[in-house]
Amino acid sequence: MPVVLGPLAGIPPGEGRAFVVGAAEIAVFHTREGGVFATQAQCPHRGGPLADGLTDGGHVVCPLHDRVYCLATGAGIGNEFSIRVYPVAVRDGVLLVDPVDTLQTPHT
Amino acid sequence: MTKQKLIVVGNGMAGARAVEEVLARGGGEMFDITMFGDEPYGNYNRIMLSNILCGIQDTSEIYINPLPWYEENGITLHAGSPVVEIDRASRKVRTASGIVAAYDVLLIATGSRAFIPPMLGLNGPDGKMKPGVFGFRTIDDCDGIIATAKSSRRAAVIGGGLLGLEAARGLMNHGCEVHLVHLGAHLMPAQLDSDGGKMLRATMEKMGVKIHLQRNTAEILGEDRVTGLRFKDGDQLDCDMVVVAAGIRPNVEIARGSGLTVERAIVVDNHMRSVDDMNVYVVGECAQHRGQVYGLVAPLWDQAKVFADHVTGADRDAAYHGSKLATKLKVMGVELASMGLTEPELEHDEVVQFSEAKRGTYKKLIVRDGRLVGGILMGDISKAAYLMQAFDRETPLPEERLSLLFDIGTPPQKVTLDEMPATAQVCNCNGVTKAAIGACVAAGKRTPKAVMGATRAGMGCGSCKGLVGEVVAWFCGGDVEEDPSVHYYVPGIPMAKPELVAAIRERGLKSVSAVFAALGTDGKSDAASKPALASLLITLWNEAYEDERDARFINDRVHGNIQKDGTFSVVPEMPGGVTTPADLMRIAQVAVKYDVPLVKLTGGQRIDLVGVPKEQLPAVWADLDMPAGWAWGKSYRTCKSCIGTDYCRFGLGDSMGLAKKIEGKFRGIDSPGKLKLATAGCPRNCSEAMVKDVGAVAVGDDRWEIYVGGAAGSQIRKGDVLCTVTGEDEVVRITGRFMQWYRENAKYKERTHTFIERMGIERARAVVVEDSDGIASALDAAMDAATAAVRDPWLERVAPKTANQFAAPIPVEA
Repeated sequence: MPVVLGPLAGIPPGEGRAFVVGAAEIAVFHTREGGVFATQAQCPHRGGPLADGLTDGGHVVCPLHDRVYCLATGAGIGNEFSIRVYPVAVRDGVLLVDPVDTLQTPHT
Repeated sequence: MTKQKLIVVGNGMAGARAVEEVLARGGGEMFDITMFGDEPYGNYNRIMLSNILCGIQDTSEIYINPLPWYEENGITLHAGSPVVEIDRASRKVRTASGIVAAYDVLLIATGSRAFIPPMLGLNGPDGKMKPGVFGFRTIDDCDGIIATAKSSRRAAVIGGGLLGLEAARGLMNHGCEVHLVHLGAHLMPAQLDSDGGKMLRATMEKMGVKIHLQRNTAEILGEDRVTGLRFKDGDQLDCDMVVVAAGIRPNVEIARGSGLTVERAIVVDNHMRSVDDMNVYVVGECAQHRGQVYGLVAPLWDQAKVFADHVTGADRDAAYHGSKLATKLKVMGVELASMGLTEPELEHDEVVQFSEAKRGTYKKLIVRDGRLVGGILMGDISKAAYLMQAFDRETPLPEERLSLLFDIGTPPQKVTLDEMPATAQVCNCNGVTKAAIGACVAAGKRTPKAVMGATRAGMGCGSCKGLVGEVVAWFCGGDVEEDPSVHYYVPGIPMAKPELVAAIRERGLKSVSAVFAALGTDGKSDAASKPALASLLITLWNEAYEDERDARFINDRVHGNIQKDGTFSVVPEMPGGVTTPADLMRIAQVAVKYDVPLVKLTGGQRIDLVGVPKEQLPAVWADLDMPAGWAWGKSYRTCKSCIGTDYCRFGLGDSMGLAKKIEGKFRGIDSPGKLKLATAGCPRNCSEAMVKDVGAVAVGDDRWEIYVGGAAGSQIRKGDVLCTVTGEDEVVRITGRFMQWYRENAKYKERTHTFIERMGIERARAVVVEDSDGIASALDAAMDAATAAVRDPWLERVAPKTANQFAAPIPVEA
C-alpha cells in the first residue's frame, strides 16, 4: 500500500531526504530534471546516508566513499553493490511511496 | 635445411628461460627442441613458492609456462621424466623411464635441490625421509608442508637463511608455533652482518618466532614420524614437523657421470659452454663460471641470453662476465636490500653505518676507493635503487657519504625516466630492462597490460608494476592513446579550465544547473562534476553566484564534516589556536548538553566536537554562539600559530596576531583544494609553517618569509620561499594574492604543493611578487571581493537555506 510522505516541496530540487516508513528507511530523491526516485536509505558498502549524496538526472553518489547507483534500477555503477528501489509517485504535489519492494532488486 | 636437435635437460626457470631466448632469436626454425623435466608440471616461478606456503598465491598463479605453451611453440616436453644418463660419445640422453633421445646440442639446466645435512633418524625404515620432514624446494614440498602444518602444533625450521625465514613465515601463517634452528651465529649470513642479523632476530622474535642460534641438529627424533630434534650439545626440541632449508646443492651427478668437469658445479666458459664439450651448454644454478655458482635469478637471465645468442649464431661473440649480486627482499615483512660484501675486507675499506634498533632500521655500506663494494639496507630501503645501481656500475660516490643513506633536504631527487639508462632493470624478478620494454612498445604493444603480458615485467613479485606503467607511457611518448577527458576541468563538460571559465563569463552562467544546460554534454547534469563547478562559480562570481545547494557536497550543505556514521563534526573558529577560558567553558557546556561522543583537538589547533547528528547542528551552533571554523570544505581551513612574541623568549614576530589577521581576512573562501596556513614567530618553525599551503615565518625586524606549496599530509613537501616581506599587512596582501592566483588557475582538488610543482616557484614569484603579467592589482581586487562575499554559514541555523535542511530521517505512518 502506498504511503504518503508529504509534499514534494519538502525535498529541494537535486537533493534527497530520508524517511522512516515502518521498519524501512527510504531515501527519496527529487532530481533537477524533475524525476522522483526512492531507494534504500543506506549504502550497502559502509552504510553511508544516500539521501545526503550528490545526484544528477539518473544517479546518486554516496557521500562516504563515492559509490554510484542508478536511481531507477538500484544497480551499482562501477561497483559491486546494488540498492533496493521502491515504487514512488507524486499526486497533486504529494509524494507517495510503496514500502514493499515489489521490484525485488536483490540486496547484496 | 634439416633442423638440429636441441635437448634441454631441466625444465625449471633456467631451462625454460633459455628456450624462450632461443625462440626469440628465431631458434624455432633452427632447432627441434625437446625438454626433460623431473617434475610433472610446466615450469613455474620457484621464487614464488614462499607465497604459496603463506597462502598469498595459488599454485596456478606461479606457472611461467603452462603445458600448452610447449605445444604452441613446437617443443616436445617430457615432464616427470628425469634424465639419468648422458652419453656424449653417441650424443644421446636416456631417462629413468627408458626414453632415449639424440641431440646435436645439449643444454644442461638441472638446477639445484634442497641440501639436507646428514642427521641421524632422517629417514624412516623405508629409506625415504621420515614423515613430517620436508625440504622446501618444489610445489610438492609446499603441498606437503601445508597439509602437515594444519595438524601440527609446533614446527621446526632448520636453516636461518632466506629460505628458512620464508618457511618460518609460511608456517606462522598456518598457525604453528615456529622454532628456527640455525647453525651460524646470526641470521641470513649471506646477506647480513652480525649487527644486521641481530636486529632481524629481534624483529622476528617480536613476531613470535623462537630463534635458536648456533645449534647443530644431530638427530631427528621419532619412530614412525617426527617428534623432535636433538642437538649436538644434547639439548632437545619437541616438534611435530621439520622443514629443512639449509641451502641448496647443484644437481651435477649426470654431468659428472658423463665425464664433464665438475667442481662445485659444472664448469663453463664465457659462452656458458662446458669446458669439455663444444656441444654441451650449461646455465643456471648447476653452472660454475669463473669459480662462481649463483643461486639467484638475476644471473640466470644474463646466462640464458648469452647461451641463446651463441647457440643460434645471433651473436657468436656473446660472453657472460659474471654477475654482481644485489638483491631486494622482503623477509617476515622486513624490507631488505643487500649487495656485495657484508664486512670490509681491506684495511682501507670505508664503512658508513647507521643503526636504529627500536625501529628495526639498519644501513651499512662498504666503500672502496670511492666506489660501493657492499651494502645492507634493512627496514628502510628507500635508497636501494640508487645504491644497487652504483654498486652494479661501480660509479663514483658523492663525497658526502651521509647522502648515501638518507635523502637530505627537499625536493627529493628523482631519477627521471629520461635519465634512466637503457640497461637499467625495471623488473628484477623477470630481468626486464628499460630497453626491453622499449622494444616491446616499438613492436606495437602500447599499453602496460600488453607489455607486461609480452615481457612478464611486473608479473613476479609485482612491486614494479607502477614503474612498468610509467616506462611504457614514457616510450609511447606523444603517441600514447590519450584520453582527452584528462584535461577536462570536470568529467561532465568537455572543456579545460581556461576554456570553461571563458565560456561561463561570456554567457554569464551563474549557477551549476545553468552551466550544465548551456555547456554540458547534451545539456545533461553530472553528479560528480557538481561540486567542482560550484567551487569555480563562487570564485568567478562571489555574491552574484546562484547558490544551488544540490550542487554542493553534503559538508557544504550543512557546514560540517560528515563522519563514517553519517553524523557531523562541529569546529568553531579559533584563529591561531588561541582561545579564552570563557569560550572553553562554553564549548564544554555544549559538549555536555548534547552528549557529544568525542571532543578532539584538531591538527589545525582547534577543538572538534565529533559525532553530532545533523538535526542537532543548528542547536549546537546556537549554544556555541561562535563563528564557523570552516573545517569541512575545499576552502580556507585554518591558520596555526606559535606563541610568537608575547611570551616566547625566541619570538621575532607576533605570529598569533598575524594568524588572527589572516583568519579574519580569508576565512570561508572556497578554493580548488584545502588551504591550511600557519604563522611562525621565528625560524624554529614550531607551528610548522614551512610545510603548510601558505606559511609566514618571522625572521626579525618585522620581516616575514612567505612559504608556499608546503605539505605534510599524504605527501610531504617543504614549501618554497615565495618572497620575504616587511610588515604583517604585506604578508596578508601577498598571501592573498598568491591564494587568488591559485584559486583561478589550479585544477579542482589540486593542492598547492602539486600546483606549485606544476607551475614552478619561479613563475609564482614572477606573477605574485614581481607582477610580470600585470595582474597583481586584479588578483588583489578579486580576493577582496571574495572575502567580502563570505557569510558565516552557521547563521543558517535561524534561516535554513533549503527545506528540511537539517532534518533527521522523517518518520511516516506506514
